[in-house]
Amino acid sequence: MAEAVTAGESAPRSSLLAAPEGRRARQVLGERILLGLLAASSVVAILTTIGIALSLLFETLRFLDAVPLFDFLFGLNWSPQIAIREDQVGSSGAFGVVPLLVGTGLIAAVAMTVAGPLGLFSAIYLAEYASPRARSFAKPILEILAGIPTVVYGFFAVLVVAPFVRDSSEAAGFEVSSESALAAGVVMGVMIVPIVSSIADDVISAVPQSLREGAYGLGATKSETVRNIVLPAALPGIGGALLLGVSRAIGETMIVVMAAGLSAQLTVNPLQAVTTITVQMVTLLTGDQEFDSPKTLAAFALGLLLFIATLILNLIALMLVRRYQERYD
Amino acid sequence: MDMSPSTIRPKLTARGVNVFYGDAQALNQVDLDIRAHEVTALIGPSGCGKSTFLRCLNRMNDLIEICRVDGDIRLDGEDIYDPAVNLVYLRARIGMVFQKPNPFPKPIYDNVAYGPKIHGLARSRAEMDEIVASSLERAGLWDEVKDRLDAPATGLSGGQQQRLCIARAIAVRPEVILMDEPCSSLDPIATARIEALMDELRQNFTIVIVTHSMQQAARVSQRTAFFHLGDLVEVGDTDTVFTQPVDPRTESYISGRIG
Repeated sequence: MAEAVTAGESAPRSSLLAAPEGRRARQVLGERILLGLLAASSVVAILTTIGIALSLLFETLRFLDAVPLFDFLFGLNWSPQIAIREDQVGSSGAFGVVPLLVGTGLIAAVAMTVAGPLGLFSAIYLAEYASPRARSFAKPILEILAGIPTVVYGFFAVLVVAPFVRDSSEAAGFEVSSESALAAGVVMGVMIVPIVSSIADDVISAVPQSLREGAYGLGATKSETVRNIVLPAALPGIGGALLLGVSRAIGETMIVVMAAGLSAQLTVNPLQAVTTITVQMVTLLTGDQEFDSPKTLAAFALGLLLFIATLILNLIALMLVRRYQERYD
Repeated sequence: MDMSPSTIRPKLTARGVNVFYGDAQALNQVDLDIRAHEVTALIGPSGCGKSTFLRCLNRMNDLIEICRVDGDIRLDGEDIYDPAVNLVYLRARIGMVFQKPNPFPKPIYDNVAYGPKIHGLARSRAEMDEIVASSLERAGLWDEVKDRLDAPATGLSGGQQQRLCIARAIAVRPEVILMDEPCSSLDPIATARIEALMDELRQNFTIVIVTHSMQQAARVSQRTAFFHLGDLVEVGDTDTVFTQPVDPRTESYISGRIG
């Protein structure tokens, strides 16, 4: 310490380069431990994601040893039965994913037909029209929708919506199967409303007030301002909100397991039963399974497919939302 | 220029205007006349109520939920706070240019055409082209943008954006243009252009400008109103207010002791 005392004024000061002592030293240690803990947590999360992705990838490669990639991606027939005995009837499994993609797409389309307009319109109402009081009341309630367990939506779909769809379509003279893409899709759409509305609300609210004032200052009415200025300005972000909704729709499992059905039909008629990627993954993996049969491994291939699809959708959506926010910061 | 009695008869009259934000009073019994074809500058320290007063004139304060205006404001003798007043018409007659340039994220052409479009001022594309061109010309921007009317307005420089906003306001053919510190985010060259523009514009329009810069007020305005703590302290010819202010508060402000 002696050399740190310079010909200074009042109290002797330590050199800037001296090692910390006492309380200061403990603080430095504390800082390091905290940093380590925080960094380790994020490393664990990242490694887990990478691990899952890799395991999906490796099991998929094993699956592709048994089933050619082309047959998997472009096959029109999905019936993953594998013979227990060599001479069993219908022993060959077919792993064409197209019917599952179409079924998934069909249900997602029905869901977005419900969630898109409902989510957007409620976001516009909340962001532009609702009084602060109405907003503070309506927004939490909308967000409660997001907190309902999907299994509850599932049995709601089976017990209420599916019979309603069946009865009303039959009354109108259509042929309906008891499990329909329509019932599952509509209920899924209701589930997705808060996702779309909450993100769209954020993007619409982020449109600078100065643009609204500019339009009002020119004599635009409220709806002109919203339609001509605010919504076009928010459009990329709204696109992002819708894509996040789609991504949620294709990954959703419980509602479709309960309400959509198992038969892998290649149809775009929403009154028919269809099946989805997620439903098939559940069926392939529940019960006693050989771990190395193509049937089990197919679940991993489906999982990878789903993972890639949602990843791409989420990336595009986040890019849209973020680019939009940068523009107005 | 028209210097007939219409110059003397006020375009806008304010009597006993009080403005409250919740419980806080922002303006206190303001009486002010705005004369036609003049630039009236509203000056005063931050928070004195000058912007609040400006935004009463086209009822922009209506957008603020907690804001309450009472008193009497008339445009050519008509009460603009009459419940039957159509805000669309009011704001078509009283345009506004804001502190920060706020072009719409649309092409340059569409920015200028938006006002005429919603008010149905053009019957054909050719008429609209004419309105857009003449508005940009009067705002002194035509030569800089005539070759790129389809380019996004947000790509223009700050000074160009502000002149675009002036063109956008002019395109609706208002009678009064309110300017809320229109040069505060601009560099001195862009500021000089806009100040020169104001002097030309007053031939056709009545201009009310809020400014922080006393030099600007002295350069561009014929009349100056000095606000302080919500009171209109003094109003008069700009020359008089700056050289022989009546009120000691005006004196202190223009000589730099308050504000």
